[in-house]
Formats: sequence, C-alpha cells, structure tokens
Amino acid sequence: MSAARRLAAALIAGLLFGLGLSLSGMLDPARVRGFLDIAGAWDPTLAFVLGGAVSVAGLGYALARRLPRPAFDAGFDLPPRARIDGPLLAGAALFGIGWGLSGFCPGPAMAALSTGALPVFVFVGAMLLGMAAHGWFARRFEPPKPRGDRANVPSARVQLR
Amino acid sequence: MTTYLSGLIGGGLIGLSVALLMLLNGRIAGISGLVAGLGRDRGERWWTDAAFVGGLIAGPPVFAALAGAWPDMRFVASLPVLGVAGLLVGFGTRLGSGCTSGHGVAGLARLSPRSLAAVLMFLTTGMLTVAIVRGFA
Repeated sequence: MSAARRLAAALIAGLLFGLGLSLSGMLDPARVRGFLDIAGAWDPTLAFVLGGAVSVAGLGYALARRLPRPAFDAGFDLPPRARIDGPLLAGAALFGIGWGLSGFCPGPAMAALSTGALPVFVFVGAMLLGMAAHGWFARRFEPPKPRGDRANVPSARVQLR
Repeated sequence: MTTYLSGLIGGGLIGLSVALLMLLNGRIAGISGLVAGLGRDRGERWWTDAAFVGGLIAGPPVFAALAGAWPDMRFVASLPVLGVAGLLVGFGTRLGSGCTSGHGVAGLARLSPRSLAAVLMFLTTGMLTVAIVRGFA
C-alpha cells in the first residue's frame, strides 16, 4: 500500500505546486522577467513568492530533521555532494541566461503546458533536448558520480543539512 | 498590493508542496531533476515522479476552475529565442544539478551553501541577460 500512498502524495504535491505557481503569477514570463529587470520597471513579486515558499518549506524541512524517516518511505533521499564546484556554477550561469532570455524556468514551463500555448511547447521541447544533450555530454566526458539513490544512503537517518 | 499577497500565498503553496514531498516521500521537489529523471528512471520511481509532474501540469486548469480565469501569460521572446533559452535552461539545470525549485526553494530551505551559490549565480546571469537584451531592444 505504501507505493499507492507515495503515488498519491506525489500527485497532490505536484498539484499544490502547480496551483501555487498559477496563483502567484509565476506562469507569466513577463512578470518573471520583470523581477530580473532591476534597471527597468522592477517587479518584486518573485521575491514574495520565493520568500513564502522558502519559509514554509523551511518549516517542513525543520520538522523532517526530527523524524527518523518520511511517512511513506524508508529514508530521506538527498543529494550526496556538498562542494561548490565548477559544474554547479557554470550550469547555474547558463540556466540564468536562458531564464533571462525567456522568463521561463522548468517549473512554470512544465505547468504551463496545460495552457496549450505554442511558445511553451517550443521552450519545453528545447529544454528536454538540452537535458538529453547534458546526459550525452556527462556519459562521454565526466566520470560516473554517485547519485542520490537509496542504495547510497547508509542509514535511514540522513541529516537534512 | 494584491499581486504581492497572491505571490506570498502562492509561494506558501509551493513551499507546502516541497515540504510535503519531503515529509511524506523523502524526496526533493526539484522540477528539472524530476523531469530529467523521467527520461532515465524506470519502475516505481518513474511513476511517482510522473505523478508529481502530472499534478504540476494539472495545476493551471484546476486553478482556472476554482478562480474562474486562467493565469495571465505574456510571452517576452520570439520562438527562436525561446528555443535557444530552452536549450540553455535544460543543459544548465542538469550541469548545475537544479533550478529555481531544487536550489531556489528546497536548497535554501535546507540552508545548503551549494544551493545559495547556485541561486546567486543564476540571479546574476539572469539579471545581466535582461539588462543586455533591454539595451538592444
């Protein structure tokens, strides 16, 4: 039954995420780009969205730190790497350029697929190609790195920070 | 003013989503990672990630049913520019292991220095890009 619960939890969490994006105005590329436009007519809405999201998520994570495991699974699945390295910064830099050009990041773009608008499909199609290109690049040039799989987590009690 | 309030409440819903996915399933709600995983993972992990992404995509129509109107969308780039931007976002979020949700919300919520560095980097290049594009517009 746990598998069904995990599936339902993921569906509900995804729906809340999509509702939050819709309510907050973050599906609107012009509003998102307005936040990045500090030299122009700056729109601070995104700061309120991020502030609200980080506050509530922070409370949830603080609670998770006190729990031995999540409600429906054996352990917390967290990224093992903690170093600030070149790929992290280079990847974030490239992402920021694409975000500034389009006003889209992955969450709003995926959610906006349901609006059926052509520009969203063009962006998401290209984003999936970019992800596939990275998969090819990583297999070819990078040494295999540990993934955040459960197999790599020695104990169910993993620190959340 | 109501825009900021909607932003804060909508942000709270996003935070609730991120908190629930961790408390219930032990997973980080990073959209770029979940979407990329759909092209790689198999078995139950694929289905739970697909359920999250399916719920995410269902968000706008459910919002439209509740609020009586679809969320506003004003596109700011031509289709070719959106194509280039999509490639950069797809490649960059995989190379950098996250996007606005994984690093921006989940990473900052767990006080990860790595995520803070990523957020500062993508905010900086995003703001520079907008400033440069506006300079040419």
